Amino acid sequence: MTKVIWFTGLLILLGVFAVSAQENVLTLTVVAHDSFTYSEEVMDQFEAETGITIEVLRLGDAGAMINQLILSRENPLGDVVFGVDNTFLGRALDEDLFVAYESPALETVDEAFIVDPDHFVTPVDYGDVCLNYDVAYVEENDIALPESLADLTNPEYSGLIAVENPATSSPGLAFLLATIAAFPEDADYTYLDFWTDLVANDVAITEGWTDAYYGEFTRYGGTRPFVVSYASSPPVEVLFADPPTDIAPTGAIVADGMCFRQIEFAGILQGTDNPEAAQQFIDFLLSREFQEDMPLQMFVFPVNGEVELPEIFTTYAAIPENPVILDPADIDAGREDWIQAWTETVLR
Amino acid sequence: MRWLGRNGLILLPPAFLLIFFFYPIISLFIISLAPDGVIDLSGFADLFKTDYYLRIFLFTTGQAALSTLITVGLALPAAYAFARFDFPGKSLLLSISTLPFVLPTVVVAAAFSALIGERGLVPLHLEGTLTIILIAHVFYNYALALRMISSFWATQSPRIEEAARVLGAHGWRLWWDIRLAAIRPAILAASALIFIFCFTSFGVMLILGGIRFATLEVEIFRQANSLLNLQIAAALSIFQLALMFALMLVYTRLQAQTSTDIQAAQTVTRKPKTRGERLFVGGNIALMSLLLFAPLIALLVRSFRSADGWTLQYYSALSTNVRGSVLFVPPLEAVANSVVYALATTVLSLILGLIAAYGLARRGRLSALLDPIYMLPLATSAVTLGFGFIIALDEPPLNLRTSRALIVIAHTLVAMPFVVRSVLPALRSISPGVRGAAATLGASPATVLRLIDLPLIGRGLIVGATFAFTVSMGEFGASLFVARPDTPTMPLVIYRLLGQPGAINYGQALAMSVILMGVCAISFLLIERARTLGIGEF
Repeated sequence: MTKVIWFTGLLILLGVFAVSAQENVLTLTVVAHDSFTYSEEVMDQFEAETGITIEVLRLGDAGAMINQLILSRENPLGDVVFGVDNTFLGRALDEDLFVAYESPALETVDEAFIVDPDHFVTPVDYGDVCLNYDVAYVEENDIALPESLADLTNPEYSGLIAVENPATSSPGLAFLLATIAAFPEDADYTYLDFWTDLVANDVAITEGWTDAYYGEFTRYGGTRPFVVSYASSPPVEVLFADPPTDIAPTGAIVADGMCFRQIEFAGILQGTDNPEAAQQFIDFLLSREFQEDMPLQMFVFPVNGEVELPEIFTTYAAIPENPVILDPADIDAGREDWIQAWTETVLR
Repeated sequence: MRWLGRNGLILLPPAFLLIFFFYPIISLFIISLAPDGVIDLSGFADLFKTDYYLRIFLFTTGQAALSTLITVGLALPAAYAFARFDFPGKSLLLSISTLPFVLPTVVVAAAFSALIGERGLVPLHLEGTLTIILIAHVFYNYALALRMISSFWATQSPRIEEAARVLGAHGWRLWWDIRLAAIRPAILAASALIFIFCFTSFGVMLILGGIRFATLEVEIFRQANSLLNLQIAAALSIFQLALMFALMLVYTRLQAQTSTDIQAAQTVTRKPKTRGERLFVGGNIALMSLLLFAPLIALLVRSFRSADGWTLQYYSALSTNVRGSVLFVPPLEAVANSVVYALATTVLSLILGLIAAYGLARRGRLSALLDPIYMLPLATSAVTLGFGFIIALDEPPLNLRTSRALIVIAHTLVAMPFVVRSVLPALRSISPGVRGAAATLGASPATVLRLIDLPLIGRGLIVGATFAFTVSMGEFGASLFVARPDTPTMPLVIYRLLGQPGAINYGQALAMSVILMGVCAISFLLIERARTLGIGEF
């Protein structure tokens, strides 16, 4: 009996050790966050044309992904990374994670998206973080939509707003950055004053987007008709409406200075053995095929200016004319202090 | 070599912990506290600069103690009812009561808000209060207390009780001196696990308690993952581990002092006869229904309700890939992935846990030290372990960072303590004399194991297996931070669905949660069956 257990245990340990370390020259490992997705046929086509096999390694949310890349810098987890956004870009650039590559496909991309002049990272998509509202609730209760961030501290919005914690959530951080742009640190009325007033106005703060949207939002049984989400959420609500509808049940408030623009980047990781294949993959991310596929897969907007948006986006998505755009270097310089100050003001 | 052959087995569990737990987390601590090769302990100093961390610590401990007390207090009478009485649907009730354990917190929060909350059946405003945290902790941990205590209770001979009664013990004396004294090891074991669980509570705190209730675990996550402030995160982790180790040391001492001899292996259950007994059993079932089953039923109902009334469409939507997306997972595949991981975890943690428990049952200085160590993975935050894996397990022969084995290993680290705790109280109460006598009479070690040990520890083994399986099915802890090859499990599908807006996505997440509950309920019943089939009645 003892022998049997001994033997089984040994077998299991052996099995654990015997990990296949097969190296295939043509396999490219793409590190990404959990939301990275695409149509199978688009990727199949890329693989067929180039002979490269793509393996995707999803490492949690964008923040967790970057941390794991930094921790594994000496022995990288993959060849390419997708999904570093401008709120974390500074940290990633500081840590020297990438190999520079200027893709010829960048000529289709608006200058405004090319944030890194050294091309360590390449912009792929963007999206705007905005306040969303429950259309039915707002109409029934005759609530006027806020026209600026300052409006949110008015008593008429008391107890009606849900936002995410900037320390644990990417839209939460984006929204905090929008408030910092609106109420700068050196102004008489700073972002911390604004947040103090917002808390006094009974704002709900949640850990992440899911808890805000599916926990607090009136549309899903919560008590708050305003929630921080994306400008692309209303078309997605139509896409996944139940029962089907052609009237958007939610709306995004895209007034000037109320939205923060997130840009997502891809980069070639230091230490890759397949730099050429990695470059081909970056080009592919900017190609018409992939860029056209993105909106309905990841609910983001293409940076390739030649690509047309799907109908559901042109009909239901509002694109802010003047979103808040901050320099990643500034964000990186301030992020930790802002989050710390925010935490002390709002949570303690 | 001979010694190793005979005793080497006992080294397996410590070796497993050494390689897959201590090596990763110590690697992370070294990188965090000595990034440039010089040890920098300023992270610890930062902890004492303000009273912020002290307050977090006090709150964390207080709520964990309170949750444990309430949970065990509520489960104790039910454990007696389940150990002593026979009633219809007993194993189904046990099986269902374990379901909360596997449900993601977001889903539980949805179920709760359908019941209590401004728009719920009972219009109470509990959001963000300590009350809702306590209710949720009882909801999650009730079954743990119920199953661990009642399985041990069932092996205790009722004859002692009868004797005590004849000798004049009544009322509270009968309960306190006789009944509770006999099952103290099991109560302690369950309390220890529940305390750790509530101490490291994460999802419950953030989602139901609101952001203002921070526990140490939440703070570690925030510092490590959001701020990449590894120094403070490491300091907090080490503090939490040291604290848990100290607590478990005390617990192990208590535990060792209180083991009782089990006399009767065959269990004596009967139908409740008197009115009082029927009321007792019925009352406990009613309490369980209110506490555990009502939220589960609310969830079930919601998964079949749309704005238009009753519907099956969320279930059918689960198996259609509308957008041709690579993230789409057919539900059967998610079920299969979950079950395969869970079975592997159960087998591995049963083997390792059982060997560990035999080692600990020998008593002595080494086992007094090892016992609390086995509990430590439970008290380690997922982000610490996940980052540790990334750093440490990156070179052959341990290049496991992207391996499926790592998921099973991560689950096993968390599951093993459940097996150890479930089996150990019974194992310790087998007096060595019985085994010795059997051996003297010519029984082989295998026969001793089969005829003496198994009948006594069998129930504990079933409970351990159930929770090991559950830990893996619910994917708590470390695995959320383990990079996984493309084998999405049911909880992962739920998280993905809840990451996108839209009524259909939400409905599908609820439907997937119901499927998760169904698969678990069936599995629990099958595990329970193993008691009467295969291994033999015990």
